[in-house]
Amino acid sequence: MSALVIPGSIYRELLDQARKQAPIEACGILGGQGDRVEVFHPMTNTDHSADHFLMEPAEQFKVVRSLRAAGQRVLAIHHSHPASPSRPSVEDIRLALTPDVLYTILSLQGPANPVLKAFAICEGIVTEHPLAIDDL
Amino acid sequence: MKLIVNGTDVQVSDGINVGQLLFKRKVRLPDMVSVELNETVLQRAEFETTPLHEGDRVELLYFMGGGCGTHAV
Repeated sequence: MSALVIPGSIYRELLDQARKQAPIEACGILGGQGDRVEVFHPMTNTDHSADHFLMEPAEQFKVVRSLRAAGQRVLAIHHSHPASPSRPSVEDIRLALTPDVLYTILSLQGPANPVLKAFAICEGIVTEHPLAIDDL
Repeated sequence: MKLIVNGTDVQVSDGINVGQLLFKRKVRLPDMVSVELNETVLQRAEFETTPLHEGDRVELLYFMGGGCGTHAV
């Protein structure tokens, strides 16, 4: 199983977004080709909630069209857990509906030690997926 | 007639509506899907009443959501 590769610059974008939006959950879409993330699209959390996120459909469509035009696809649906571990919650699993994508969760539970993990979630079964951060 | 669904050409019966397209594509959870028709997001109540026409561009996406909640597993 190939690791999802996230460039250090994009990892820092994820971290900046999560820290700026905490205690609200931050969310976005990681796009790219193969296993390599090439772009991060931060998305609006329409729930503006500390324990829930929902992306704005109009933004989703715009991002997916943009990725397709660039020869890319959605590699991972990303969100932050401002104060809980980097593992999918019951709600994350219930709403893991999009096929053939990974789910990344950035935990700020330990503010000085953020933890980013990737998961495959299929039919309610969660499997941690290898993740590598390039050029940190 | 031909539609472009999620960027791919698809042949469907003439006169079908959005709800019928979801059924035809065996969308498992149609209540959890957002639909965009020619770059306009549809309301769910419009699915069964919005006819599709030759060349329409349709995007179908599942909701993207979740959250830490109170019951992390």
